[in-house]
Amino acid sequence: MTEERFSFTSGAKKTLIITGIIGVVLLILGVILTSGSDHGHGGEHHALNEATENLLASATPPQEAAVEHAAQNEHAEEGGHHESPIWLKRIFANLWVNNVYFTGLAIIGLFFVAIQYAAQAGWSAGMKRIPLAMAHWLPIAALLMIASWFVVKADVFHWTHSNLYGEGGDEILQHKSPFFYWPLEAGSFPLFYFLRMVIFFVLWYMFFIWIKREMLAEDIDADVKHWYQARKYSAIFLVVFAVTSSVSAWDWVMSVDPHWFSTMFGWYVFASWWVTGLAVITLIVVVLKENGYLKIVNANHLHDIGKFIFGFSIFWTYIWFSQFLLIYYANIPEETVYFIERLDAEQYKWVFFLNLLLNFFLPFLLLMTRDAKRHMALLKLVCPIVIAGHWFDFYLMITPGVMKQDGGFGFIEIGMLMIFGVAFLFVTLSSLTKAPLFAKNHPMLKESLHHHI
Amino acid sequence: MESNKHFVLGIYDDEDVLLSAVTKVRESGVKIHEVYSPFPVHGLDEALGYKRTRLPIAAFLFGLLGTTLALTMQIWMLGYDWPMIIGGKDYVALPAFIPVTFELTVLLSALGMVGTFMVISDLKPYKKPRLMDIRITDDKHVMAIDLAKNALAKEKIREIVGGTGATEVNDKNFEE
Repeated sequence: MTEERFSFTSGAKKTLIITGIIGVVLLILGVILTSGSDHGHGGEHHALNEATENLLASATPPQEAAVEHAAQNEHAEEGGHHESPIWLKRIFANLWVNNVYFTGLAIIGLFFVAIQYAAQAGWSAGMKRIPLAMAHWLPIAALLMIASWFVVKADVFHWTHSNLYGEGGDEILQHKSPFFYWPLEAGSFPLFYFLRMVIFFVLWYMFFIWIKREMLAEDIDADVKHWYQARKYSAIFLVVFAVTSSVSAWDWVMSVDPHWFSTMFGWYVFASWWVTGLAVITLIVVVLKENGYLKIVNANHLHDIGKFIFGFSIFWTYIWFSQFLLIYYANIPEETVYFIERLDAEQYKWVFFLNLLLNFFLPFLLLMTRDAKRHMALLKLVCPIVIAGHWFDFYLMITPGVMKQDGGFGFIEIGMLMIFGVAFLFVTLSSLTKAPLFAKNHPMLKESLHHHI
Repeated sequence: MESNKHFVLGIYDDEDVLLSAVTKVRESGVKIHEVYSPFPVHGLDEALGYKRTRLPIAAFLFGLLGTTLALTMQIWMLGYDWPMIIGGKDYVALPAFIPVTFELTVLLSALGMVGTFMVISDLKPYKKPRLMDIRITDDKHVMAIDLAKNALAKEKIREIVGGTGATEVNDKNFEE
């Protein structure tokens, strides 16, 4: 087999840069439009917030409820001082949505590779470099997430407000405070939370470096020991990822609604990340193939990865529905508040149903037949649907909790997504140029060539 | 009704020889009835020119039937025939109906697919199987050619099959 290298043409770079500039323009336009129509949030009474508070209050015993309600009202009055204007808050919420979404894509790149090694899969030998290239976003994701956490925390993470703790504070959050603040005092710096964020990224990055080293060694020497070594790292990484993906889902996404919790949430975020990652891998493979690369990837391989997207779209729906049905059926106020926040607000209701359409009905029906998974044209239609759909999924997890009824979807969101998307693609594609598109000494390359389903 | 079936059997002991033999035999204009092998041979379906099965379409339609049945049943029972308030929900509480709908969809799709498969493959319970050669359950591949479906003379077919690397060429008759 001859080596094949991807060249990131200046034409492609130009397209990406122009897309990025359009994103910036849209973002600025969105800010101007939003700040122009900013009707203030201090004076108006938020019907939705009040409904939420009442629901929460009704769940606690009456005497406590009165105290808590008073405390919350007091807090709401104080709230005006440190809250950012709506347009800025919206940028912060979006920054966080995109941080979580693109971090997910990067770590799923590594996760896909690890799964292939751990399962000793042969079919994917020709396309493993694409998910590996996606994982190059990890260090940037880490810096972006840690840096932006300090900027957005007061607006995105309600639990960071120090006045919630201590006498007359928020009872529920006081009980949860060790999860954030240990070993420091509640309301000070959330050391435990912060350390988790740093440690997760360090762990992920370490495994990325180790697995990458073994993968790239397969270009140079034909010793099968690299494959065994990569499999060992992969197996350990999968255990690490099982824990870290769940905890990071609680930390980065679920804690946006700090009073609420769901035991399904780790799986839910993972499912969303995983299926998006698969769609991005497939889309990049298909586009590369259309540009004459990756001749060794044929309809059989596309069929397999198409089955992955199809299957995990259903898996996501299963998780999503399991979470929804239990909360809907049990009808416990402190749980239903999550869906009331999303379904009783005009600006989120359409996203809620669009989410199901894009992430379940369309992939389910479009990818059902064998031919659909084997033809690039249909994959090129479904992958963007899934990628956009799961962005909306993360939008729906985070934005309503941060913005309440002030949220919306407009140029800010589109612009921000374009900027992040361009940056992610730039990193992915330029790291794809740094190594051959497939390892010519991969012990399973031959098996992959003869893959037939 | 009694009918006699006459087959010419080519016995092969290597799947690569078998694959090229199938192509050669078909190229010389002989219709192959079936190839029997003790394990799946990749590429055999393509070599035999089989069309893809339409079983998935049946599965989809049976699944759709399951969905429709489940929804109709639950909406009719709990919404109209015997309305009941459960857990303070509406009579027709769609989310609560989804698990049953899902199960019935899967059940009917699976059972319907198995049933369809048995019908189209002629797998009746009282069916007496035609065993071409006992060694197809062990280590030999057998290519069966139905003489009634081919215009060529038996000797000519035997010659074609013999020239493709078959270790044996046998005749097989079934009286049914």
